[in-house]
Amino acid sequence: MSKILIIAEHDGSALNQATARAVTCARQIPGAHVTIAVFAAEPAAVASAAAVLAGVDAVVTVASAANGHALAATLAPQVVALAAGYTHVFAASTSFGKDLLPRVAALLGVPQISDAMAVEGAYKFKRPTYAGNAIVTLEAPADRILVATVRSASFEPAAGGGSASISAADVSAELPTHTRFVSLSAAPKSDRPDLASAAKVVSGGRALASKENFDIVYSLASKMGAAVGASRAAVDAGYASNELQVGQTGKIIAPELYVAVGISGAIQHLTGIKDAKTIVAINKDPEAPIFEVADFGLVADLFVAVPEIEKALS
Amino acid sequence: MRKILVGVKRVVDYNVRVRVKPDGSGVALEGVKMSVNPFDEIALEEALRIKERGEAAEVVAVSIGTDEAQQQLRTALAMGADRAILVKVTEAVDPLVASRVLTEIAKRENADLVILGKQAIDDDAAQTAPMVAALWGRPQATFASKIAINGGTAIVTREVDAGLETIEVDLPAVFSADLRLNEPRYVKLPDIMKAKKKPLDVVEFASLGVTADVGLKTVFVEPPKPRAKGIVVKDVAELVDALKKKGLV
Repeated sequence: MSKILIIAEHDGSALNQATARAVTCARQIPGAHVTIAVFAAEPAAVASAAAVLAGVDAVVTVASAANGHALAATLAPQVVALAAGYTHVFAASTSFGKDLLPRVAALLGVPQISDAMAVEGAYKFKRPTYAGNAIVTLEAPADRILVATVRSASFEPAAGGGSASISAADVSAELPTHTRFVSLSAAPKSDRPDLASAAKVVSGGRALASKENFDIVYSLASKMGAAVGASRAAVDAGYASNELQVGQTGKIIAPELYVAVGISGAIQHLTGIKDAKTIVAINKDPEAPIFEVADFGLVADLFVAVPEIEKALS
Repeated sequence: MRKILVGVKRVVDYNVRVRVKPDGSGVALEGVKMSVNPFDEIALEEALRIKERGEAAEVVAVSIGTDEAQQQLRTALAMGADRAILVKVTEAVDPLVASRVLTEIAKRENADLVILGKQAIDDDAAQTAPMVAALWGRPQATFASKIAINGGTAIVTREVDAGLETIEVDLPAVFSADLRLNEPRYVKLPDIMKAKKKPLDVVEFASLGVTADVGLKTVFVEPPKPRAKGIVVKDVAELVDALKKKGLV
């Protein structure tokens, strides 16, 4: 039987939805027994949220002041200590999972499957390479722990309604002191949906031409109840902050609706939006590659079209 | 700080749209333009800037690849690396193997800092920096967008999903470079000439005592499923109408 340990991602109080998506991936392994591990200073709230996810069999908590901030160097030896007795260790392929899991895999002496996007068997997964242009099926040895990060955009979040048991795990691991948390400068909390999990996203690109102009992206997003994203070019130019970047090296998302405003559509950007159900592209260049993936393309000056759309939605 | 080690991977150029071979054995690389992994260029640029600030004495570029990877190491030397090491392999290695190699080189070279790209744009695995840090028993600072060296420690700002995180680590350590860490310099012709005279050592993989087999098998490689062809709408009214019909707005 596959015993799968999923490392919960959280901010100290709320469970990240990406973890619920990793649960869905784990459940697709036949006969899987799924455990979520919560490493935190005070894990109770996050553990409760994890326990109600459908398909979760158990939640274990590792409470320690050292786990107050998620530092890979501190968490990895604890995950390794906990991993004995499990066949798989999963985490979401977010900046948290990408930082932590390779460290865990190396300490375990096993390879890692990054960005698992489809389950082909307990030890067989598909993952994207070359910015999503080549999909590789990989098979890992069944006699070792399999470490994998799960591509969030490929799996729906597990529903609620579960009632897993919660227990405290006794983990003895020597924790390093060579890595210290200093600060986190997060985007101010807003009513806007989170980019990684939003049903609708409006993204702006280089054609916005300034930080001030980028406000029309925010304005349309507000009208639609959408999250805001940006192309790498827009982030590099300082029109939008780094956590809004969508693409190969930013966030990979799968909203119901993705509206690309003034984004030309480099392959590195397209790989981040390919799983969107409906893609709308607004660009004045009819040759822009974004139109190759768009379900609805509008060749127009964005500075005219975007306010018009907003008006039409009023 | 005495020495910074930088990883340099030879990859398909980022402008190339790769094609999967019809037999599913991999991607077609014949005649395709190859370059230094863009994130490795950023890693190297950062190492060079640290050296130019007088905070490091030497920058060593390391690649794991076939003889052809010497081209990318020459580019690294032209950018300003002092010397280069090619660990010669006959085929691509798993990130865990690459990490074992880089850890071995870091130990042999007695490196004070290893800077790698946050991911290579071919396999997109994003594993090597944390793996080297783990195997070497050192701190890691992945997705770095700002690095400040203060003697025996470093303050690193990281691009994380929530925003920007700052951590402090003791050196030696392993960093991985994110996009906005710096803008790599252009190589000038005289530097290319100078680079030809810089030392480039070739080390046989077998001499490092590293296990090559990690048990991960590539079963099949296929192209992604194409998206259904979309339509071009004539104006905003048609667009909004179409979205309303789908219940999206």
